[in-house]
Amino acid sequence: MSATNYIKRYQTLASSLSGQNLPWLNTLRQLALGSFSASGFPSPREEEWKYTNVTALEKKLFAPSSVSASATVDKEWLETHKLADTWSLVLVDGHFDLLLSDLAGLPDEVIATGISSALENQPDRVKALFGTSLGTESHGFLAFNTAYFSDGAFIGIPAGIVLEKPIQILHVSTRNEALSNTRSLIGLSKNAEAKLIETFVGLLGISYLTSAVTEIHLSENADLDHYKLQVETDKAYHFGGVYVKQEKSSRFNQHNLSFGGLLARNEIHTELAMAAECEMNGLFLAKNRQHVDNHTLIHHIEPHGISRETYRGILADRARGVFQGRIVVHPQAQKTSAEMNNRNLLLSEDAEIDAKPQLEILADDVKCSHGVAVGQLDPESIFYLVSRGVDRETAKNMLTFAFANEMVEKIGLESLRGRVQEHLLNLFPQTGIRRDWL
Amino acid sequence: MLKIENLHVRIEDKPILKGISLHIKPGEVHAIMGPNGSGKSTLSHVLAGRDGYEVTEGTVIYKDKNLLEMPPEERAREGVFLAFQYPVEIPGVSNVYLLKAALNAIRKHKGLSELDAFDFLQMIKAKTKLVEMDEKFLYRAVNEGFSGGEKKRNEILQMAVLEPSLCILDETDSGLDIDALKIVSDGVNSLRSADRSFILVTHYQRLLDYIKPDQVHVLAQGRIVKSGDASLALELEERGYGWIDQTVGVAA
Ligand SMILES: Nc1ncnc2c1ncn2[C@@H]1O[C@H](COP(=O)(O)OP(=O)(O)OP(=O)(O)O)[C@@H](O)[C@H]1O
Ligand SMILES: [Mg+2]
Repeated sequence: MSATNYIKRYQTLASSLSGQNLPWLNTLRQLALGSFSASGFPSPREEEWKYTNVTALEKKLFAPSSVSASATVDKEWLETHKLADTWSLVLVDGHFDLLLSDLAGLPDEVIATGISSALENQPDRVKALFGTSLGTESHGFLAFNTAYFSDGAFIGIPAGIVLEKPIQILHVSTRNEALSNTRSLIGLSKNAEAKLIETFVGLLGISYLTSAVTEIHLSENADLDHYKLQVETDKAYHFGGVYVKQEKSSRFNQHNLSFGGLLARNEIHTELAMAAECEMNGLFLAKNRQHVDNHTLIHHIEPHGISRETYRGILADRARGVFQGRIVVHPQAQKTSAEMNNRNLLLSEDAEIDAKPQLEILADDVKCSHGVAVGQLDPESIFYLVSRGVDRETAKNMLTFAFANEMVEKIGLESLRGRVQEHLLNLFPQTGIRRDWL
Repeated sequence: MLKIENLHVRIEDKPILKGISLHIKPGEVHAIMGPNGSGKSTLSHVLAGRDGYEVTEGTVIYKDKNLLEMPPEERAREGVFLAFQYPVEIPGVSNVYLLKAALNAIRKHKGLSELDAFDFLQMIKAKTKLVEMDEKFLYRAVNEGFSGGEKKRNEILQMAVLEPSLCILDETDSGLDIDALKIVSDGVNSLRSADRSFILVTHYQRLLDYIKPDQVHVLAQGRIVKSGDASLALELEERGYGWIDQTVGVAA
C-alpha cells in the first residue's frame, strides 16, 4: 500500500514532533518512517491483517493537529466521559492537556504526565521504557505511530506503591478529518499495583483517525488492571494497540470493550515471564456497517504462567467482526496453563464473524484449551421466556443483553461497569430491558 | 376452562397426536399418564404455543377463546402456564429479573399497574418460602447450574408468582427426592382453587397421593386410551400399560 499522501502531508510536521533534540528518538522515528514509506498501512495480504482492510485510510488524509484544542472542548461533555473517583490524564486530538486533567492528590513519587513533557524533563526514564514492550512487533500502524506520534501518557509507578484510585487516560477527538496519534508508556515497578482505564471518544458526528499505542511494562509481582473502553464515533477509524511485557509473577488483568468506530482494530499482546498471570476479557459489539477486529497474542516464554482469555462478540445488521486470538507456549514454558474461549452472537443474516483461535504449543507439560462458537439466539431460550408472558422482542433483547452482560459483570470497577451497561443499552434495542431491574 | 376436541398434531410429517379430546372444568386436576414417547410433552407444548408443531385437525378452546390462535406470550398472559419437563438454562438473566418482566407483562395485560419494588420483593420472598427455596436463588441466572430438583422447584416458584389459571406440569415430579416431592406437592396444593385448573403429566402414582386428581387419563400413541378417577393411577402402577394397549387393540 502506498502512504505517500501521508508522508508528504506530514513532512511539515517533523519539526513540531516531541523529543526533537533526542538522537535516540530521532533514530527510531527515522527507521519507522523508512519502514512506513516502504510498506504503508497494513495490507490484507499480511496474514495478521487478512480480515481487515484499511485501504480506505489511504484515500482519506487525516490531518495531524499541532496543538491541543483544549479551549474549545466542551467541559460538560468531557465530564460525562470521566469516571467518578479517578485521576485523569486527558489527551485532546493527540495532545496531553494538563488543564483538563485531574491529577490532584496523586502521590508525589508517582509520575503521570504527557510523554512530550516527559521527553523534555526526564528523557532517560522515557528512553528506558520506550519500545521495550513492543519487542519485535512491527506493522504499518506501529511504524506510523512511532514516526509521527505527537504525545501520549507517561505513567511511572515506583516499587511497592499501590494506587488507591484508578487512573483514567481519556483520549478525546474533537476535530473532523483529524488524526490523534499517541504513544503512551506505562511502567509499574516491583510490587506496584494500579488500575488504568483508557477511554476513546470523539465529538458526535465527526470522522477521524485514532492511532494509539500503549506500551506497558510490569516488573516483578506488579499488578495492573487495564480497561480499554472504545466508544469512538460511528465515522471514526481506530487503531489501538496495547503491548505488555510481564516480568516474573506479575499480573495483568485486561478488559477490552469495543463498541464504537466505523472500523476498529484492537491489538492486545502480552509476554509472560515465570509464573506471570494474565486475564484477557473482551466484549465487542458492532452494527450497521461497523467492522471490529480484535487481535490478541499471548506469549508464554517461561514456566508456570497462567493465561485466561474470554472474548464475546455481538454482530448485528451488516457488521463484521474478527477475533484472532493466538497463544504461543514456548519450549521453556513448562507447566503453563492457558485457556481461550470465544463466543459470538450473530443477530442478523448479513452479520459476519471471522474467528480464528491459534494455539502453538512447543512445550510438552502444559494445560491448554480453546473453544470458539458462533451462533444465533437460542430458540428454546426465547420460547422459555415468551411462555412466561414476555413478548418475543423483549425476550430476544434480554438474551442479547445477558450474553453481553456476563462479560460486563467481570468488570471489577463499579463506576465503569455502570457506564458500560449504559453503552450496551444505548447500542442495542433495549425494548423491555429495565436498567432499574438489573 | 379448557376444551380440547379431536386434536391432531404433526411434527414435520410425523403424526404425534391423533385425536385428543379433553375437557377440564375450573378447579379440576387432571393427571395424564402414559408410556414414553406417547405425546404427553407434545400436548403440553402445543397448549403453551411452542413452534414446530402443526395442528392438522381439532380445536382448543380456553376460557371461551381459540387458544391455538394466540401467540405464546398472550397465552401466558391469559393464564396458561407450562412447567417444563426440561427447564431451560438462561445464563445472564437473573431469576428475579425474569419474574419481574413476566409478572409485569401479565399485570399490564390485565390492566393492572406495575408492582412497586418493595411489594414485589415481599411477595417474591413469600413465594420463595412456599417452595422452600433459598432466597439466593432469586439472584442467580435462571436455572443455570441448578440441580434437576432445583430446576423443578424453580418452575413451581414461577407458577406461584405468576398465579396462572391453567397450570400444566410436565413431569415436574421426575427427578425430585422425597422431600422435594412433598414440597412441590404442597406448593401445588396451596395454589389449588375453584378457578384454577391443573394438568399433571406424570409417570408416578406417588405424586397423585399428594395431589389428588379428579380424573386420570392414559395417553398412548397419541390417543387418550383410557380415562378414570384416581383409582386408575393405582391400577396402572400395579399392572403397567400393557393391559390397556390390549384393550385398545381389541376395540380397534
Ligand atoms: N422435534 C421432533 N422431531 C421429531 N419427532 C419428535 C420431535 N419432538 C418429539 N418427537 C416425537 O414425538 C413423540 C412424542 O414425544 P413426547 O415428547 O411428546 O413424548 P412424551 O409422552 O412426553 O414422552 P416422555 O414420557 O418420555 O416424556 C416421540 O416419538 C418423539 O420422538
Ligand atoms: Mg415428556
